[in-house]
Amino acid sequence: MSFLQLRGVEKIFGDHKVIKGVNLEIEKNEFIVFVGPSGCGKSTLLRMIAGLESIDGGSVHVDGRDITHLPSSQRELAMVFQSYALYPHMTVYDNMSFALKLAKVSPAEIKKKVEDAADKLNLTPYLKRTPKELSGGQRQRVAIGRAIVRAPKIFLFDEPLSNLDAALRGQTRVEIHKLHRALGVTTIYVTHDQVEAMTLADRVVVLRDGTVEQVGAPLALYDKPANQFVAQFIGMPSMNIVRAAQLSQFGALAGSSASRVPADGLIGVRPEGVRVLPLGGAGVPGKVELIEALGADTLIHVDVMGTSMISRTAERTHLHIGDPVTLEFDLNTLHCFDKAGRMVSLA
Amino acid sequence: MLKKKPFPIVRTLSAWGVALLLFFPLLWLGLTAFKTEGQAIASQLFFTPTLASFVEVQERSDYLLFARNSLITSLGSTIIGLLIAVPAAYSMAFFPTKKTRDILMWMLSTKMMPAVGALVPVYVMAQTVGMLDSLAALVIVFTLSNLPIMVWMLYSAFKEVPKDILEAVRLDGATVWEEFRWVILPLTMGGIASTGLLCLVLSWNEAFWALNLTSAKAGTLASLIASYSSPEGLFWAKLSAASLMAIAPIIVFGWFSQKQLVQGLTFGAVK
Repeated sequence: MSFLQLRGVEKIFGDHKVIKGVNLEIEKNEFIVFVGPSGCGKSTLLRMIAGLESIDGGSVHVDGRDITHLPSSQRELAMVFQSYALYPHMTVYDNMSFALKLAKVSPAEIKKKVEDAADKLNLTPYLKRTPKELSGGQRQRVAIGRAIVRAPKIFLFDEPLSNLDAALRGQTRVEIHKLHRALGVTTIYVTHDQVEAMTLADRVVVLRDGTVEQVGAPLALYDKPANQFVAQFIGMPSMNIVRAAQLSQFGALAGSSASRVPADGLIGVRPEGVRVLPLGGAGVPGKVELIEALGADTLIHVDVMGTSMISRTAERTHLHIGDPVTLEFDLNTLHCFDKAGRMVSLA
Repeated sequence: MLKKKPFPIVRTLSAWGVALLLFFPLLWLGLTAFKTEGQAIASQLFFTPTLASFVEVQERSDYLLFARNSLITSLGSTIIGLLIAVPAAYSMAFFPTKKTRDILMWMLSTKMMPAVGALVPVYVMAQTVGMLDSLAALVIVFTLSNLPIMVWMLYSAFKEVPKDILEAVRLDGATVWEEFRWVILPLTMGGIASTGLLCLVLSWNEAFWALNLTSAKAGTLASLIASYSSPEGLFWAKLSAASLMAIAPIIVFGWFSQKQLVQGLTFGAVK
């Protein structure tokens, strides 16, 4: 039996169902990331697991125990909030030791555990300070420290990095990754940032509109998206999608797959599967619309008869906006979807 | 950067002018208290200060008895009021129902009726249970009349506690009492203290019920002042001395707690 099980979990706000029967099995020590656009219910689902939102249907089991209607305080979970939610009137040491104090752990043991955690998180010099004397990154580490001293059954992270600046976010992301490897605690991490999802997760859960769209390893989602939504949500910039009805205009693309694509379906190709060549040759003709030079990468937006296609290349380009070009597609990375957006196998 | 305002001298002078105008009656009261009755009527500005009026007030009417009554009734009503208002505001702030706003409005609406409207029923009730001229009756009435404002102030203080922090406490495994004792109480101590201070001041200054429900035994300092005004209206020096003795403790108290008081009254007003 899995360590954490969600069985048909539902949440209703008023007469609106925001979580629509989610089933999920999470193994011990796994790092799971909930990802999805704003309003998809990822935070709500996390808060339901934490006991901060009631569960209106279905059940949640942790380690064989039904916790569906247990109050947060008895679930033995720890959460890191987006706002850090540190106790402003307590020192860093008191913040981190509070849960242990409530659990009546002996002072000597508390001291040892807090000092261990502080050491791991480089917080030792700040133990006597209060949260307002710390920087954002330090506060975030205290919030993580507060969670790890308790040795909870599951760590819950609710968009923990979104209040940090870009550089610090990348650095903290790496720290969280290392921490998980060192501690090996089951973790559920909510984010809307797909870089965090791809880099941290053992498995990613893509949510949309209160339902699970797909669950899988990051690269599995990237290579084999179950539907158009996942295909376009995972990957930056997102996958190019073309209606099969336009295929006649996409010579090369049509040649490879026309026979297997439903007439009203869609064809998708990742930006790295699109090559921009000088005009001429067998490809699809188009016109450069926009060039985004990112340094290591260059993104070239090409207009093909009203449809915008993005190409990603590691080479720098000499093209200019308005230049006529030819597009070539990597036929091995094509994705095909039916009318409803579900994946159709091309194999 | 603050924008530099024009005419700094004019502004300073008018501010001082207004302040002195407001303070003048109190200054005159203070001066008169140290005069003889003759000097008081003559409205002299220069005189040799004397404590005669104070001595006479203490001799004729037992100042310390009234002061003790004031102390007991204000402290008593503040403590009982806090014991009732804190749990009430706590439940409304953290476990609101659909009717919570209505209940708050209803509580406040009781303050909109003039006290005299309830004078006869309250007097008759006090008389029936034999509590006229008793400190207990005053404590009950002061507590009840201060409760709405106390609940409102505490409610807005509790509302300021961020939701995330409460959730973090719950996930840390705290019971309701532990959550209150270790997190909510320390975070709202300022609001609770200013609520208590305001209640103390309001009870100390209360005159209407003190005059109507008490006579010699349970009278507060407010009724002491009043007793010098009506039958012997022309004894300005003694009236001033009695007034000064009545208000001095609360002025000193207010001076030391003004920061808390202002903070409490503007709680939640500015985000």
